[in-house]
Amino acid sequence: MNSGRTNNHTWRKIKSALASTIAFVSALLVIAPLGLVFFHLVANGASSVNWDFFTKLPKPVGVVGGGMVNAIMGSLELLGLASVIGIPVGVLGGVYLAEYGSARVNSLLRFVADVLNGVPSITWGVVVYGLVVLRFKGFSAYAGGLALGLIMIPLIIRTTEEVILLVPNGYREAALALGVSRWKTIVHIVMKTASKGIITGILLALARVGGETAPLLFTAFGNRFWNHNLAEPIAALPLQIFTYAISPYDDWHRQAWAGALVLVTGIFCVNVVVRILTRGRTASLV
Amino acid sequence: MEIATPPAVATVEPHSTRRAMAPPSRFGDKAFEWLTLAMALAVVVLVVVIGWQLWLGSSLAIKKFGFHFLTTSTWDPVAEQFGALPFIYGTLVSSLIALLIAVPLSIATAAYLTELAPLWIRQPLVSLIEMLAAIPSVILGLWGIFVMIPWLRDYPFPLLKRLFGWTPFFAGPIYGTSMLAGGIIIAIMILPIITSVSREILRSVPNLQREAAYALGATRWEATRIAVFSYAKKGLFGAVILGLGRALGETMAVTMVIGNTPQIAASLFKPGYTLASVIANEFTEATTDMYLQALFEIGLVLFGTTILANLVAQILLQTMGTTSATRAVQ
Repeated sequence: MNSGRTNNHTWRKIKSALASTIAFVSALLVIAPLGLVFFHLVANGASSVNWDFFTKLPKPVGVVGGGMVNAIMGSLELLGLASVIGIPVGVLGGVYLAEYGSARVNSLLRFVADVLNGVPSITWGVVVYGLVVLRFKGFSAYAGGLALGLIMIPLIIRTTEEVILLVPNGYREAALALGVSRWKTIVHIVMKTASKGIITGILLALARVGGETAPLLFTAFGNRFWNHNLAEPIAALPLQIFTYAISPYDDWHRQAWAGALVLVTGIFCVNVVVRILTRGRTASLV
Repeated sequence: MEIATPPAVATVEPHSTRRAMAPPSRFGDKAFEWLTLAMALAVVVLVVVIGWQLWLGSSLAIKKFGFHFLTTSTWDPVAEQFGALPFIYGTLVSSLIALLIAVPLSIATAAYLTELAPLWIRQPLVSLIEMLAAIPSVILGLWGIFVMIPWLRDYPFPLLKRLFGWTPFFAGPIYGTSMLAGGIIIAIMILPIITSVSREILRSVPNLQREAAYALGATRWEATRIAVFSYAKKGLFGAVILGLGRALGETMAVTMVIGNTPQIAASLFKPGYTLASVIANEFTEATTDMYLQALFEIGLVLFGTTILANLVAQILLQTMGTTSATRAVQ
């Protein structure tokens, strides 16, 4: 009887250890792709990331060399255009959810924003194609920037709201008690206090849409040359990586790896900066 | 002389304090409130605009093909015959494969992170998972084409064929680009989101649950299984559905490895096609109006299913009181 119980106890402990081991192996499997992808990016891309890559235009098929300067600049221009739409709408919308509104309406808006976050990014491409490209008869940087900007809105709304809610109420009360009007209190006291967090949210949203390809396929469209007019098609780094990756040319494959390495490095850098900005607090933000 | 003491400020719930403290309305205040309200309403407007634009863009196709669009499998742009069944099939099968792979791994990892792992290992692991979530789809696709597919073709696929070749699912020639490869790459894409939402869910389980189990002599695993998992069941289901929503709409990586052939085949070694992939591949090639209309309708189907998945997921997550969890990975 007694030994039976001991055996049972031992068995239960073994089972527990086994479960822990399985969970540990699962965790390793989950992060394995990160290591593998990064290893292959460096192994295949590092040799092609050179001065030319950052300063030269793509070369035609068959000519070795060339770079992606137009795609890098194009991506930055698209992010700039996206910011014009995404940042004001997102930040002010987040301010509303944190500072105004009734609990019920706000929880509904929050719900809609979360659902909107789940809309596949390719859908945005189709919608902006219908809204802008068909109407103005052509692919353009504006259309691409709009698609990315719209994707940023729900992301920024939610992060902004969260950090504004962290601002202690005493700050608001102090300003209001001094006779400062409500909106000035929000802009100069509340938003200023939360500015680090707001910027964090914006950076994360930019890092996220900076890697998006699907919404650009039929809005920004891509361009092998410099874009001199925002109403014309424009190159973007993720688009160029896609085009090169599915091409049959070895040299383009090398360029794709190099572009991917540069893009991932940029995105990881933003994430590291964000981690430094928010160190020690609101880990849930990141 | 008596010094007037300030009236005690009642400590009410913060939201209502703020409103009670609002000074009498002035023009600037009203204007600012309306401005921010307009921006917040953008999310509602956007959902409506997406639905409206997709419907508008596909109205002719809807009229012409009706319900048959969803149930026929001819995709012939030249003859202007469009049936979306192969894409619906491909989307469902690849997402199902992805869930079969990603759900056990993600939930086990989440349990490891909240219940089983030594404390010092937790935060670094969470950071790594966030980094995985930050890898763009197109880069995972690039890796898929040049690293994953050749490897799958050389080692795991032949092994699967040797073991399960007698079933229709693993029969036939091995090309590499296949439904199975598509499912695997989607699994990698959705691992981080299911893991971090599940982790938030498990973290929201009250400690009393665990303490009760330990007090009864439960081992660590027993406490996790009995006290934590059963309590968090609904929320974990929400995390899975959220992952499904992402899987259905995953585009670039899957387009690069699934083979892009509109067919319905039992063998997972055969190439497939998904709703999102056909839009990505054929949209700029749509030369006729009806072709474009059909692609818009595919977009509408995709939007409808992902919205549905997200609605269900958010409702399940909200009942667990962890709405913020969905933002853990973005």
